[in-house]
Amino acid sequence: MYRETQIIESAKTTSPNGGPDAVDDGALVINVGPQHPATHGVLHLVITLQGETIQKIEPHLGYIHRSIEKMCESLSYRQFIYVTSRMDYLSAHINNHGCALCVEKGLQLEVPPRAQVIRVLMDELTRIASHELWWGAMAMDLGAFTPFFYAFRERETINDIMEETCGARLTMNYMVPGGVMYDIHPNFQKRVKDFIQLFTNKIDEYDDLVTGNIIFQNRTQGVGVLTAADAISYGCTGPVARGSGVACDIRKLYPYEVYNKVAFDEIIETAGDSYARYLVRIKELKQSVRIVEQLIDNIPEGDFQAKTKAVLKLPKGEFYSRVETARGEFGVYIVSEGGTTPYRIKFRSPGFSNLSALDHISRGCKIGDLMAIMGTLDLVIPDIDR
Amino acid sequence: MAFLKQYISDVYRAVSSLLKGMKTTGSYFVRPKEIITQQYPDNRASMTIPERFRGEVVMTHDENNEHACTGCTACELACPNATIKIVTKFDTTPEGKKKKALDTFVYHLELCTMCNLCVEACPTSAIKMAQSFEHSVYDRSQLLKKLNKPGSKLRAGVE
Repeated sequence: MYRETQIIESAKTTSPNGGPDAVDDGALVINVGPQHPATHGVLHLVITLQGETIQKIEPHLGYIHRSIEKMCESLSYRQFIYVTSRMDYLSAHINNHGCALCVEKGLQLEVPPRAQVIRVLMDELTRIASHELWWGAMAMDLGAFTPFFYAFRERETINDIMEETCGARLTMNYMVPGGVMYDIHPNFQKRVKDFIQLFTNKIDEYDDLVTGNIIFQNRTQGVGVLTAADAISYGCTGPVARGSGVACDIRKLYPYEVYNKVAFDEIIETAGDSYARYLVRIKELKQSVRIVEQLIDNIPEGDFQAKTKAVLKLPKGEFYSRVETARGEFGVYIVSEGGTTPYRIKFRSPGFSNLSALDHISRGCKIGDLMAIMGTLDLVIPDIDR
Repeated sequence: MAFLKQYISDVYRAVSSLLKGMKTTGSYFVRPKEIITQQYPDNRASMTIPERFRGEVVMTHDENNEHACTGCTACELACPNATIKIVTKFDTTPEGKKKKALDTFVYHLELCTMCNLCVEACPTSAIKMAQSFEHSVYDRSQLLKKLNKPGSKLRAGVE
């Protein structure tokens, strides 16, 4: 028997809680994924339908599990950072940043001011690129194909900037313990300013194309409502929780690097539906632009990397650091026994917790609404599965 | 009556929002210069790849076919994926002493993730990242490379 068939059979027969979870007669159990264009990866959802109404969603993971946490245990503190680019590949810089911060915390290393500003600039550019891709892909899920090309057009500019300074377009491995790998490229400031100028005009274009569109609004408003209490109890973070009115921006609550010196707003919407989550991300684009504008002319002179020993050894103990990725809170927990490799590493990825709310908020929705809900949760499957 | 009013205003709002979006898209018909499609691979000659782009690891050789690799295996230790394997041999110096030297620099391009840690670790800047990116071949064994050229030797003065 195929694995999918087994899962469907078990979904029909078992009712773990008895009452509300029990599948009625005449319910239809279908698979969405693991190969489905709207899941953007190998996410497998087993959906129980009553007619067109969703009764229950069971996500099945494991299709892209690479045991990254276990892999990191055999890599040194310099080496393990590059692996984390492969988790949430759309915010690779920010993942690397979180790991570098945790190692620096263990080493009690002071990062030079120039490196701090470069890191924040790269983080915000990554956030813009990530939200752009989300915007294009989400509109595509809802049937609008043109936004995808518009989003990729601007994202390409960021990728070119990254390529010039970091040497790679997606998995940069630019953050190293103690700073950044190399200094910024001489063209970097000019190109970022050009991009900002181009991009501020384009955000209005996005609003005309999708945000104000009546079809889009009708498909997202009031769909997949997540209350603030549920967002907290499911551990949702990032734009998903902020769309429900939970203030959870790590950049504001636990500022790292130079985030306490730049002015930006934490975007909070209170409706909790798909449209609110959409608005949070669109407005965050403008805030990221604001941060980049403040910092791009004020990169302090100095070293881009602190002096570190050739072999890094963390003292015995436990270290935790967190950063705000484009999807929410990303935490790195390192247990060190005093050696050159971590004894245990745990990553707290935002996608996993956000996915756990999917079943709760989709119950009672129609199957067509599922795409709007999944789109605004902004799931990156390698981040969920690791 | 209120229902009718609501209905008409909804229709007006819907049509105007759709027209607004179509105006945005349609305006690109008259602004063809803003279209950014690249005709790859026809534009290979005019393409510019940034000098920091990480395509593959290469070893730099000068005009005398000399390289700067001492065979210290710092890159091998820095590599997270066991991409690099360094085979060393013992050379006899003019003074009659035996000295460790590079025999073969084995590089597995199929395992490499272009993280640049080996280039950072190299104390003599013997290796660097090249900008080539079209790596597809018909057989996996073709991706196994020997980076030091045949007959090459260590540049004098590099320790």
